[in-house]
Amino acid sequence: MKLYLKIWRQKDASTKGQMVDYTLDGVESDMSFLEMLDILNEELISKGEEPIEFDHDCREGICGTCSLQINGRPHGPDTMITVCQLHMRSFNDGDEIVIEPWRAKAFPVIKDLIVDRTAFDRIQQAGGYISVNTSGRPVDANAIPIKKHIADTAMDAATCIGCGACVAACKNASAMLFTSAKVSQFALLPQGQVEAVDRVQNMVRQMDLEGFGNCTNTGACEIECPKGISLENIARMNREYFSASIKG
Amino acid sequence: MGILDSKEPQGPLADKWTKHKNEIDLVNPANKRNIDIIIVGTGLAGGSAAATLAELGYNVKTFCYQDSPRRAHSIAAQGGVNAAKNYQGDGDSVYRLFYDTVKGGDYRSRESNVYRLAEVSSNIIDQCVAQGVPFAREYGGLLDNRSFGGVLVSRTFYAKGQTGQQLLLGAYGAMNRQIHRGKIKSYTRHEMLDLVLVDGKARGIIARNLVTGEIERHSAHAVVLATGGYGNLFFLSTYAMGANVMAAWRAHRRGAFFANPCFTQIHPTCIPVSGDHQSKLTLMSESLRNDGRIWVPKRKEDAIAIREGKLKPVQLSEEERDYYLERRYPAFGNLVPRDVASRAAKERCDAGFGVNKTGEAVFLDFASAIMRYGKEKALTSGMKDPDNNTIRELGEKVVEAKYGNLFQMYEKIVDANPYKTPMMIYPAVHYTMGGLWVDYNLQTTIPGCYAAGEANFSDHGANRLGASALMQGLADGYFVLPYTIGDYLSDDIRTGAIPTDSPEFDAAEKDVKDRMEKLMSGTGIHSVDYYHKKLGKIMWNKCGMSRNEKDLKEAIKEIADLRKDFWENVKIPGSLDSKNQELEKAGRVADFLELGELFAKDALERNESCGGHFREEYQTPEGEALRDDENFKFVSAWEYKGEPSAAKLHKEDLVYENIKLKTRSYK
Repeated sequence: MKLYLKIWRQKDASTKGQMVDYTLDGVESDMSFLEMLDILNEELISKGEEPIEFDHDCREGICGTCSLQINGRPHGPDTMITVCQLHMRSFNDGDEIVIEPWRAKAFPVIKDLIVDRTAFDRIQQAGGYISVNTSGRPVDANAIPIKKHIADTAMDAATCIGCGACVAACKNASAMLFTSAKVSQFALLPQGQVEAVDRVQNMVRQMDLEGFGNCTNTGACEIECPKGISLENIARMNREYFSASIKG
Repeated sequence: MGILDSKEPQGPLADKWTKHKNEIDLVNPANKRNIDIIIVGTGLAGGSAAATLAELGYNVKTFCYQDSPRRAHSIAAQGGVNAAKNYQGDGDSVYRLFYDTVKGGDYRSRESNVYRLAEVSSNIIDQCVAQGVPFAREYGGLLDNRSFGGVLVSRTFYAKGQTGQQLLLGAYGAMNRQIHRGKIKSYTRHEMLDLVLVDGKARGIIARNLVTGEIERHSAHAVVLATGGYGNLFFLSTYAMGANVMAAWRAHRRGAFFANPCFTQIHPTCIPVSGDHQSKLTLMSESLRNDGRIWVPKRKEDAIAIREGKLKPVQLSEEERDYYLERRYPAFGNLVPRDVASRAAKERCDAGFGVNKTGEAVFLDFASAIMRYGKEKALTSGMKDPDNNTIRELGEKVVEAKYGNLFQMYEKIVDANPYKTPMMIYPAVHYTMGGLWVDYNLQTTIPGCYAAGEANFSDHGANRLGASALMQGLADGYFVLPYTIGDYLSDDIRTGAIPTDSPEFDAAEKDVKDRMEKLMSGTGIHSVDYYHKKLGKIMWNKCGMSRNEKDLKEAIKEIADLRKDFWENVKIPGSLDSKNQELEKAGRVADFLELGELFAKDALERNESCGGHFREEYQTPEGEALRDDENFKFVSAWEYKGEPSAAKLHKEDLVYENIKLKTRSYK
């Protein structure tokens, strides 16, 4: 198939970017979206032009590196997948495809389609862990039985890959779904109770400091999340935050 | 012992690690504050080591090429992590895990290292649960287990099909706690380009800031390389696109011996190659072999009809199918180790029984598991005489709960529903058992330079068992290195900070800059990927699942020629002093082009078949691997001498005092 691509090009963080048109022929339906970009890049290199830089690594939907806004949707038209799992069979011959980086104040563009997501790391650093020493000898793993459905719900929250699609999908560029996934994982588990009050307060404070917007419950994040992280996590974080404010 | 001293402690196997910990030197907490450690790579081994060393009080700097430590490729490990907990009461023990691992590795690993791994394995599970890792649980609230290949017990702990992700996020959380305290300084989007030696000791690295292009100097009292394996040498593999051998290879060029480079794991259950555009292969977890049955048609005509789309696999009756693993290996069936399963798939496909367009795929079928689970579910739900459709529906739900995310991944990539039609799978490069040679303390042949996780060679011999990579990464980082590195650093308490303005740092930085300028000066027309794909084809065709003398000799020559062409002609757009993905790729492929040749040379020298290394000249009449313990019961450790062809072989003899060497049999 033949595709008409409009791709965001930006030299670096301090230079203004723009959309550039490319036409790409010979795309096959069983190629992945990123393989389509690989082919475009090979063409650009052979013409002596700089290839388009985009973030990607595992190419199996788990590392959370790839981050493209395709036709206005994070990770493109399909649901429950990342860009690297999107295949060209989702498109038709002659389609125009618009490819942009995540757009959010807290995710500044580094180059072309690559953004800086270290704000997410700083939110995790503020409290996204249980403070047990790694070199110690904790109690036997089976000493604390955990109900299966609790463990499963914690696991569902823990599957967040930190890609940032939730922020890119949100009209307010809110990071509530991301932050609440980690808060929820530990709020559900007995191991997380000891630090529950500090954790939610510190993580929410950092989230605000990074310049992410507020949540207005539109739910776009849940729809675009490649791992299906539920809005219930945001509700749970709000409850945790409220109860921490009273206790704190 | 000569040049390779494994520094194994003396005494009975079961007491070695305890005795060693009691006898090695420690650094007192106040002095730890004056000691710096660099850790390159933030996967399970690097992340867990960084967190633990920082917690002990050392000043840690971590480096990763990804934009966050959480994205290291450990994250993609699916199936699970082994531990000798014996929660299932099925006869598991530290000894049995040790024995299975040595046997699984086809008797090419060091007894003492493997025993220690088995010994600390159950600590890993305790540690991870304390960190809030949400392992799968049974209805009673206790931890669940499943089985992996090459063993007869259930000792694998898992978190759905995302065990690596959950363990890595645990280590990442532990790292974050130390970053927050200022004890770890995390450098992301940074790549190590060289190791700096001062007075023969590893004292720092040269790194490139991948965003700005700036070349940076970082010093420390010790350097830990936890940079993973080198499977991307094959271009197509289950590795992350950025995974590379650069850090390990730079250390090799500076004096670290490279051990058993030809020991590569080809994983039997991956999604087959679909075309030339392909950039990456996707693994389907080994856990699927708990319930999936592998088969090809019995008759070649049926295989041809399936390839041509004239026949559907579900139309073949049980009698028309060849469940070749169950036929050849009745004791272990579909759960034979990876090397055995991969070779068996290749054998059937080479014989003309492959089932996809390219003839390089076999079926992994869940139909009988679905019916079995469905019947059980119907029974426990109190249903009377359910029909087959109801049973199937119930069974599909059970299978979905177990493997849902893997089935979804398969469906998205292949566009076929694995609940209704068998999956098609084929072996792909997945892991490298070879790596930097290390002693019992995980120290390479360069004092102060350590290697952990997949980057070292130590625990898996010639073939790794499933769910043992996560175990080894975390064992090295949480429980081994934090002790052993202290023994070395106890001599450094009065050294003070290592300056970066020394002649050694000047020289290393100059080397790095010269090399990059040379890369940028290519005058040809081909991109980095062109060379990488060519190298991958040579490796896969001549150094892949089966090898022979003629092919290996050809590979050595072809790789050397390709390397020459690459250095003269590779075309890299952009500049040195900015974000430049082509330049990053070029540096990595340049090293693969050297390692590839050493790999082939190592495979050529090893005149036996063992584990993942199958030499066609050395096989039994039934086509099983023929090991030669008399002549090859050693670790090959290669010393850098300029060109790969000049590399010098050193041998570490492997001594088996606790396990009797036997022909590995899974029949």
